[in-house]
Amino acid sequence: MWVAPWRLKQQGILGMNQRNIAYIAKHNPRHLYPLVDNKLKTKLLAQEAGITTPNLITTIENQHDVSLLAQRLQACAGFAVKPAKGSGGKGILILTRHSDDEFIKANGKIISLLDLQRHVSNILSGLYSLGGTPDIAIIEELIEFDTHFSGYSFEGIPDIRVIVFKGFPVMAMMRLATRASDGKANLHQGAVGVGLDIATGKPLHAVQNGESVMRHPDTGQALKQLQVNHWTELLTLAANCYEVTGLGYLGADMVLDLNQGPMLLELNARPGLSIQIANGTGLLTRLKPIERLSPKELHYPAHKRVQLAQSWFASDILRDQ
Amino acid sequence: MRLHSLTPRLPFFLLAGVLFLIGIVLILHRHWVYEVPLFYGETQTIWSVEAKIEFQAQDEPVNVTMSRPSNQKGFTVLKEAAASPGYGLNFIDGTQPQAQWTIRSANGKQVLFYRAEVLVSDSEDDQVIPAPRIPFVSLPQPFDDAANTVLANAFATSSDNFSFTRELLKQFQTPNPQQPIALLQQQYSDQMPQLIVDMLHKAQVPASLIYGLQLQDSRRRQNLIPLLRVWNENDHEIFYFPTSPNDHYKIKKQAPLLLWQQTGAPILDISGGQQSDIHFSMIKREESTFANIAQNLSSQYDFLNFSIHSLPIEEQAMFQTILLIPIGALIVCLLRILIGIRTSGTFMPVLIALAFIQTSLLTGLVGFLLVVTTGLFIRSYLSHLNLLLVARITAVIISVIAIISVFSVLAFKLGLTEGLKITFFPMIILSWTIERMSILWEEEGGREVMVQGGGSLLTAVLVYWAMNDPWVRHLTFNFIGIQFVVLSLVLLIGSYTGYRLLELTRFKVFK
Repeated sequence: MWVAPWRLKQQGILGMNQRNIAYIAKHNPRHLYPLVDNKLKTKLLAQEAGITTPNLITTIENQHDVSLLAQRLQACAGFAVKPAKGSGGKGILILTRHSDDEFIKANGKIISLLDLQRHVSNILSGLYSLGGTPDIAIIEELIEFDTHFSGYSFEGIPDIRVIVFKGFPVMAMMRLATRASDGKANLHQGAVGVGLDIATGKPLHAVQNGESVMRHPDTGQALKQLQVNHWTELLTLAANCYEVTGLGYLGADMVLDLNQGPMLLELNARPGLSIQIANGTGLLTRLKPIERLSPKELHYPAHKRVQLAQSWFASDILRDQ
Repeated sequence: MRLHSLTPRLPFFLLAGVLFLIGIVLILHRHWVYEVPLFYGETQTIWSVEAKIEFQAQDEPVNVTMSRPSNQKGFTVLKEAAASPGYGLNFIDGTQPQAQWTIRSANGKQVLFYRAEVLVSDSEDDQVIPAPRIPFVSLPQPFDDAANTVLANAFATSSDNFSFTRELLKQFQTPNPQQPIALLQQQYSDQMPQLIVDMLHKAQVPASLIYGLQLQDSRRRQNLIPLLRVWNENDHEIFYFPTSPNDHYKIKKQAPLLLWQQTGAPILDISGGQQSDIHFSMIKREESTFANIAQNLSSQYDFLNFSIHSLPIEEQAMFQTILLIPIGALIVCLLRILIGIRTSGTFMPVLIALAFIQTSLLTGLVGFLLVVTTGLFIRSYLSHLNLLLVARITAVIISVIAIISVFSVLAFKLGLTEGLKITFFPMIILSWTIERMSILWEEEGGREVMVQGGGSLLTAVLVYWAMNDPWVRHLTFNFIGIQFVVLSLVLLIGSYTGYRLLELTRFKVFK
């Protein structure tokens, strides 16, 4: 039930207090937070830097434009509606077209255009934003589900969280939605976290609610066989986010699109600590060596940083096999 | 490497250390120089009681006479002072101690203060107070006959003046009084004390209407309680009047009673003024005997003795609570940073704990749970209406006030006067709590609501225990240095980078 603190320290587990003081407060200047807390800003910055993100269909910025929704969405078969300042997947609606003024949600329920308009109106009034401030609704193209992942997620698309420290990808995990997590990819709500090897993108270890699991609880798919394509490309995109935002300690949420490959979904300036459980490894064992790097090494371009990280952080388990 | 990471922290640890030292020095200074005891209990209790007289003067000579407390069994009056700009002041001693304020001309609202420092001591004996002359009393019919019937009943079942009085009061206390009692109660409902004194006089029992003040720590705007003193030859005894639900005073049997006026004279007599009002504030202090003497010797507070005690009593009572808040906040820091308890709203538990102090713990807990649960139900309906945030919270605030009103009335009708204390809850804070919990419920599910709600309540209870502890109250109120010590501790806790207690189970897979 309990583990001794010196055991945690020995294994380099990063605790909440140390994360807040030694990593977030130290490496993430406060004035840069708005860049990642607003998805639209993140998206525009990322596009400038050549990082792929889901295509933007339109944005709705004021209540007046809500009535133009039908017209702006005329040509779209499917789309995602997101609040720009939402966090933790709040207020995100994934819809496919059913008829002229009806849409199907990810869980199969049908909603009308009127429902959609009300949802967008709620987003604008700040229902889902941090602190209830007025917000903008972003409408994006849907991500084409990579068929590799079809058995691994209950509703929702699995995303890959990469922790990037000073531009080096240090740890990664895939988050799979489950029935218990209600289609959301948050670990504390019961999603499955699969630790991924930085060198190869192969699964290391999977947990749900702090317990090891071998198979997806809803689909029964063996998690060991998970395969992430374009792994190095994905890590390089994530590593690039360091230059884009200037945030030293960063969580990049990536997805794999069937046609366009790895894409950036959103960034997080306060990434959680559960990734350590999913990987079975402490973050400090990887953060400390990077803190000791010389300024020259820290200024390597993204692809070189990824290369170095892959050689340093390759999992022993997989190498031995 | 190690040194490099330590050096920038050095000024910080110095700052924390200096703050800590300042705190300790201030505490010791107060302890040694002013003889304030560090330990609660080995002291004598002093009550500072302040009377505040307010009235409208009418541009003519004003003469205000107020009864003053005198030495009595259990209490010694140490020191008296009065603040009254422009007024002439005279303390009249004798059998009827009074304070008299006079001014040639005054206009508009006038405020006069009288303050007495009263020492709790057993040195005073029961005073000999002569029985008053019994005046002739006659009530109008049919009340006179009713009174005679009641008196005859009491007379038949008693043996002396004391038992006679008890029997008489008992008849007024029964829930379903007999017809003559009911008649008298109806006619004299707002002058009950005077009626009973008159009836005793009618039966040739020497009695007088006196007033006392119940001493409860940190109370403001209190009123005097009418009491009955009855003589049996040379002995005399004090009786409480039966209270009715409409009374503006409530008797707490456990609170010590300071007799303010012992002779049947009026409490306050004002000529040249209207709309007069008098109310009382009081505060309890523990001090060593030497300090009392020292303070008595120099009625001037010297500048170095920079303490809360130089403020008026009403403000002191307020500060006593304010100075406790850092202790509550310190506990929140400990629980969140060292233990890892999650609460809804960082310092919401401190505010809830402050409400618990007013309501008592059990009543507070039950009230809090009732209001929040009902509020969550109402809020879940509101969320269907798709309201804008500010309007929704306003609606929740109004609902919370409605809930509190309904529960108060319900509790009162059911005879649970404890239920009335629910009004002490900070309503805006409760509304935000309900709003936050409701959003949490929608987004993270009921489990997270239980975790955070439970965490908040647990924190509130712990904070309540700490803030209600007589030791903590004694130390925070008497030693301003404690605040520096708390500040230095908070700084140190704020730089703690080790694991939280609950992380030791969160990361249990790393065993």
